[in-house]
Amino acid sequence: MADTLQLDLVSPAKLLMSESVGMVVVPGIEGYFGVLPDHMPLLSMLRPGVVSVHAGVSDAPAKQFFVDGGFAEVNPDGCTLLVDEAIAIEDLTADNIADRQSAAEERMQSAENDIERAAAERALLVAEEMTSAMAGAAA
Amino acid sequence: MASLKDLRIRITSVQSTKKITSAMKMVAASKLRRAQEAAEQARPYAQRMESMLGNLAAGAVGQDGAPALLSGTGKDGSHLVVVMTANRGLCGGFNTNIIRSARQMIRDLQAQGKSFKIFTVGTKCRDNMKREYADYMVGHFDEFGRTVSSFAEAEHISQTVRAMFDAGDFDVCTLIYANFVSAMTQNVTRQQVIPFPIPEVDEGDDAATGGGYEYEPSDTEILTDLLPRNLAIQIFRALLENGASEQGARMSAMDSASRNAGDMIDKLKMTYNRTRQAKITTELIEIISGAEAI
Repeated sequence: MADTLQLDLVSPAKLLMSESVGMVVVPGIEGYFGVLPDHMPLLSMLRPGVVSVHAGVSDAPAKQFFVDGGFAEVNPDGCTLLVDEAIAIEDLTADNIADRQSAAEERMQSAENDIERAAAERALLVAEEMTSAMAGAAA
Repeated sequence: MASLKDLRIRITSVQSTKKITSAMKMVAASKLRRAQEAAEQARPYAQRMESMLGNLAAGAVGQDGAPALLSGTGKDGSHLVVVMTANRGLCGGFNTNIIRSARQMIRDLQAQGKSFKIFTVGTKCRDNMKREYADYMVGHFDEFGRTVSSFAEAEHISQTVRAMFDAGDFDVCTLIYANFVSAMTQNVTRQQVIPFPIPEVDEGDDAATGGGYEYEPSDTEILTDLLPRNLAIQIFRALLENGASEQGARMSAMDSASRNAGDMIDKLKMTYNRTRQAKITTELIEIISGAEAI
C-alpha cells in the first residue's frame, strides 16, 4: 500500500497545492471526512470549512486552508479538491471576516428574489464558518 | 521628386509612429506576462473539472431526469454561438481570425438549415457582426478586464446564457475564442459547452464509466451543481485564454510594425541624403560654370 496520496487543491484562479501528503481531512457536505491513501472512489460536494493536510495520520495538521465550498474527487491514488476560494488559515483576519459578514448581511437586506437570498445566505454561512475556523486555529 | 522639406516631415512622422508602436509592444509584453500567467493558472481547474464531470456524466447520461445541461434538449435545431474577441484592435489578425471562424460556422449552420443566435463578447465582434447579422444578435458583453478577466465576469455571461437555455431559446451552445499557445501562435477554437460533450470512455474501465464512484449526496445533486459551474469555468477559461492571445497577438503585430517603420526610416533617410547631395552638386556646378563664363 502506498503511504502517501497526491493532493491537488485548485481554485479557478490557480493551482494552490499539488503534493504528496499522508492524510487530508475535507469538509464534505455530509460532514468532515478523512482521506487516506487507497481510499475508495468518491465524489462529494464540499461545504464551507477547513481542509487540513497532515503528513501522517497521527501528526498535527501541517497546513490548513479555509475553503468556501466546491467539490472533492477521491480515488485510490489521490484527492482533487476543486474549490471556489481557498485561504490559508493563518491569513484569515478578524477584520476581513467582519467585512464579509457585513457585506453578506447587506446583500441579505437588499435581496429581491430567492436566488439572491440564497446567495446571501451562503455568504453569511461562509463568514460564520470562517469565524469558527479562526477560533479553532487560535485555540 | 519630393523636396527635402517633405522628406524631413515624412521621416519625423514615421519616427513618431515607430515610437508609438514600440511603446505599445512594451505594454502588450508586460500585459501578456500577467494574462498568460492567469490563463495558465486557470487551466488545471478547468481540466480537472472537465475530467471529473466526464466521469460523472458517463454514468448519468441516458438516465431519466438527467439535467438538460448535460443531455441537451434532444434536438440540435437551434444554436447559440458565443463569439469572443477583444475590445480593442491593433492586434494583428486576432479579431479577424475569430470573426472569420464565426462567420464560417454561421454559414455552415445556415447551409444545414439550422437556426442560430449570436452572443457577442467584446466590442470588436459586435461591431463586425452587426453589419450582417444584426437580427440574430441576442446579447452582448464587453465589460471585462483590460488585462485579466475576473471570475465574476464569466459568471455573469454564464448566467445570461443559462437563462436563455432555460427559456428554451437554443439547443446547442458553442464558444468561439482563441486558445493561447504562444505569443506568435493563437488557435481559434470552437468549443461546445451545452450540452456537455461527453468524452469517449473505455468500456472496460470501471472507474472511467462512473460505476466505481460513491456519491455524496447523490450523483444527480452533484451534477445539477457541477454543470452550471462547469459552464462558468469554461467561459472563464475562454476569457483568460482570449485575453492572453490578444496581448500576444498585439505584441507580435506591434513588433513587426516597429520593424517595418525602422526599415521605412532607413529608406527615407537614404533618399533624403541622396537628394541633399544632388542639390549640393547642382549648386557647385552652377557656381563653377558661372565662374568660367566670366
